[in-house]
Amino acid sequence: MRELAQTAQLSRRSLLKAGALAGGGLFLSVTLPGMAQAATGGGAAELNAFVSIAPDGVITIVSKNPEIGQGIKTMLPMLIAEELDADWDQVKIVGSDYHPTKYGFQFAGGSMSTPMNWLPMRQAGAAARQMLLEAAALEWGVAPAGLRTSKSTITDPASGRTMTYGQVASSAAKSKVPDLAKVPLKDEKDFVIIGRAIGGIDSPKIVRGEPIFGVDTQLPGMKYAAFERAPVFGARLRSADLEAAKAVPGVEDVFVIEGGDNPAELVDGVAIVAGNWWIANKAREKLKIDWDTGEWASHSSANYDAQAKKLWAEPPKDTIVEEGDVSAAFAGAAKVIEAEYHYPFLAHVPMEPQNCTALVKEDGSVEMWAPTQMPQSGHQGVAKMLGVPGEKVTVHITRMGGGFGRRLTNDFMHQAAAIAARKKGTPIQLIWSREDDLRSDFYRPAGWHKFRAAIDAEGKLTGLEDHFVTFSTKGEIPMFAQMGPKVFPAGYVPNLKYTVSQMESRVPMGALRAPQSNALSYVFQSFLDEVAAEQGSDLPTLLLSLLRGKPDEPMQRGFGGESPGFSPKRAIGVIEKAMQMADWSTPAAEGRAKGFGFYFSHNGYFAEVVEASLSRSRQPVVHHVWAAGDVGKHIINPHGALNQIEGSIIDGIGQALGLAVKIEGGAVQQSNFHDYPLPRMPVTPTIDVEFVKSDNPPTGLGEPALPPVVPALTNALHALTGKRVRSLPIDRKLFA
Amino acid sequence: MPTKLTINGETRELDVPDDMPLLWALRGELGMVGTKFGCGVGLCGACTVHVDGVATRSCSTPVSSLAGKQVSTIESLAESPVGRALQQAWLDADVMQCGYCQAGQLMNATALLAKNPSPASDEITSAMAGNICRCACYKRIHAAIAEVAANGVSADA
Ligand code: FES
Ligand code: FES
Repeated sequence: MRELAQTAQLSRRSLLKAGALAGGGLFLSVTLPGMAQAATGGGAAELNAFVSIAPDGVITIVSKNPEIGQGIKTMLPMLIAEELDADWDQVKIVGSDYHPTKYGFQFAGGSMSTPMNWLPMRQAGAAARQMLLEAAALEWGVAPAGLRTSKSTITDPASGRTMTYGQVASSAAKSKVPDLAKVPLKDEKDFVIIGRAIGGIDSPKIVRGEPIFGVDTQLPGMKYAAFERAPVFGARLRSADLEAAKAVPGVEDVFVIEGGDNPAELVDGVAIVAGNWWIANKAREKLKIDWDTGEWASHSSANYDAQAKKLWAEPPKDTIVEEGDVSAAFAGAAKVIEAEYHYPFLAHVPMEPQNCTALVKEDGSVEMWAPTQMPQSGHQGVAKMLGVPGEKVTVHITRMGGGFGRRLTNDFMHQAAAIAARKKGTPIQLIWSREDDLRSDFYRPAGWHKFRAAIDAEGKLTGLEDHFVTFSTKGEIPMFAQMGPKVFPAGYVPNLKYTVSQMESRVPMGALRAPQSNALSYVFQSFLDEVAAEQGSDLPTLLLSLLRGKPDEPMQRGFGGESPGFSPKRAIGVIEKAMQMADWSTPAAEGRAKGFGFYFSHNGYFAEVVEASLSRSRQPVVHHVWAAGDVGKHIINPHGALNQIEGSIIDGIGQALGLAVKIEGGAVQQSNFHDYPLPRMPVTPTIDVEFVKSDNPPTGLGEPALPPVVPALTNALHALTGKRVRSLPIDRKLFA
Repeated sequence: MPTKLTINGETRELDVPDDMPLLWALRGELGMVGTKFGCGVGLCGACTVHVDGVATRSCSTPVSSLAGKQVSTIESLAESPVGRALQQAWLDADVMQCGYCQAGQLMNATALLAKNPSPASDEITSAMAGNICRCACYKRIHAAIAEVAANGVSADA
C-alpha cells in the first residue's frame, strides 16, 4: 500500500537565470538540480520552469510535463502565476518538446507532478515578481518593500502610482537575480489562483475539433503504417510471405521488421506502408506469417489459475514480511477464517489508440511526434536502436488521448522509428488498431491471494496471513507484479505474514492507474470486511480500531525523493468523514446496501462508500458513491481535481463490473469494446466528494481515488446478498 | 468510381476504394482530423458525424454509400446554434479530461438536442450510451447537455 509513495522535497541548491527577451521584456528560467531520479534509473534529473513577460503584458509559461488528461498543462502554470500575482487572463501556456538538458524531468505518472512541482513552481513565480518589484522601485525611487502587486500591476500605495508588469518587464531584466530559497512566498490564505476552478487550457480547441493529439499530426508527404506482430507473446518471426499484401492497390511497401524479445522495445513484425491508414491496415489480412511460438502457445488463463492453486498447496517461495509470531496466533485462535481471492489481467485502452509519427532524415537525424508519458526512455531507446547519438533525435510531445500508464512504455515509438528508418525522408505515421492496442498492452498483472485470519476469544484480529501468487518474467517478478512489505494492514496487526510464489509468463506487464493498489485494495479490503463480519462488526470500525492511537510513520525514500510515511491520523480523518457523508450507521433504503473501502496510495488517502442494489435481472447496479479524500491542504484546481476523482471512481466500478483480459493459446482473447466493455454513461452513479484538508503539501489526484471503490462495491454486494465476490470481474451468476 | 458528396457545405469528390469508411477518407484524404478513431467497428462513438442531420458512425459508413448526402463534422459544429450552445456548455462545465472522445460526444449530443430539444435525464443517458469516454467524464457530459436542454437555444446564440 505504501511502496509507491513519492514526494519530492526541495533541494536547497537551485539556479535562477534571468535575462532580457529579444524583443524586450523579462525572461526567467529556474533549474532545481537533483530533484528526482529518472524512473528509468538514470541519474539526478533537473526540474525547470520557464517564464517570460513581454512588454505587452503577455506572460508566457512553458508547461513541460506531458498532458494525458490529468490537467497538468493548466495546473503547473497556475502555481507560477499565483506567486507572480499575474493576471490569469494574460497568461499564455505553451507546451514543450522533450529536451533532456533544457527541461529536465518530463514525466506523467504516479501522481507525482503535484508534489514535485508544488514548491519550485511557486518559487519561480515569486522570484519573477520580486525582480519586477525591484525595477519599479528603482524607477520610482522608493523601497520595493512598500509596493503592492495584483493582477499583473504594481501599485505604490504612498503615491497611488501604478505600473503594469509589461511596462516594467524590460528594465526588470536588469534587476538582481534573487536567491530562490529566500524569496518570500505568499501567505497561503491570500491565494487567488490556486484553489480556483480553471478550465483546461486546450479545451476550446478540443470542442472545435482542432488537431492537437498525437494521431492528428500531419506532415507534408506523410505516409501511414500498420504493423502486424505476433499474437502470441514471446513468439518470433520465422518467415513471411508478403506478396499478396504488396499486391493490394494503394499499398506502397511491405517489409519485415526484425526485433528482439523485449516487448517494451522493438518486437518482430511486418510493416505495411500506404497513403491511407485504412488501406495499410486492411492489407494485413493478406499477410502470411509463420510465427515460432515456442512453448508460449500453451499458456492460458485457465493454466495460470491451475498453477496458482498448485502453488498455494506448496510452501511459499519467499517471505515478503513477517511480524510477531504468526503460528502462535493461529494456534491460540478462537476462530480462523480463510479465503481465496483472484483478479484478472487488465488493459489500459486509452481512447486514442497508440500511434507515433517519425521522420528519419537522409543524414540519419530523427524527428518524432509522440504521445508518450515517458519521453525520456523513448528518446534513449530510439537513439540506441537506430545507433544515432541522442542529440540527433528530437521528440515533440503531443497531447494524449488518455494514458493510464500505457504510454509509460514506448514500444510504439520504437516501431515507428524502425519503420521510418526504412523510408528515409518520408514521415511515417504508425497507428495501431483497437485490436492491436488490446492485444499488445503491458497489462495490469493478474494475481491470486490466499488469506487466513486468526480471531481470538475476545473477537480481536490477532493474526493475518497472505500467500500471494504472481508472475515472473525470465525469473524476475516484474515491478508492478510485486507486493511490498508495508501493504496495509502490515504494521497494524500484531502477528502477520505475507509470502509469495511465482510462475513464469511472457505476458507483458506494466503500470495501470494506481498500480498494485488497484488490485491489492480489492483483496485486502474485501478480506478485512470478512474479518469484520466474523467479529460481528463492520469494516470502518475494524479499520479505526487498528489505526487509532498509532503514530505517523517516518519519512521514506521513493523514486521521486523523500515522502511522508503513512499517517494513521489522516487515514482516520477520511474514514470518519466518509462514514459521516454516507450516514453509514443508517441502513440503506429497501433493496439496497452500502459497502466500505479505504486505501492509501500515491500519498493520497481515500475512503469511499458505495450504495448498490441488484436490477430485476439480478445485475449489480451502483447508485451512489461517497468519497472522502485527503491530498493535503490545497486543491489546486477544483475542476481538474473533481474530474479526476469522478473518473477514477467510474473507472474502478467499470473494472469490477466487467473487465478482464484472458489469455488463451498464449494470446489475448479480447479484441475490442464488445468483449472489453468499458463503463458507459448508464453506469454513472451519483458521486459526492469531500476533501479533508490536512496540513500537508498537496499531492496528486490521478490515482488514489480508484482503489477503494472496488472493495466498497464488492462489500456492498455482500451486505446485500450475503455472497462474497472473491474473483473479479464480478461474476453475475453469483446473484442469479 | 468517385463519390460526390457535401462535407460541411462544400461539394467534394472522393476517389477512394468503395468500401473505405468515411472516417479514413476524412482523416487520410481530406486532412480533416477532428473526427476521431476509437474502435473502428461502431462500438465507441468517437467517430460520430452527421449524415443529413443524423448522428452516424463514420468508421462504419463506406464513402460509396454517401453519394449526394450532406455530411457535417466537428469542424463545422459551431455553425449550428445547438452545436455552439453545447460547445459553450462543455467549456463552462469543464467537461473533458483527455478530450479525445469529446468530438464524438458533442456530435451525438447535438443530434439528440436537434431531434429532442428537452430530453429527460434518462433520455440523455440512453441517447449517449453509445459514446465511450475512457476518462469517464459522464457526469459532466450529462450535466452539460441537461444545461443546454434546460436553457434552450436561441437561434443567434
Ligand atoms: S471509431 Fe467509430 S464507433 Fe468507434
Ligand atoms: S475525455 Fe478522455 S476519453 Fe473522454
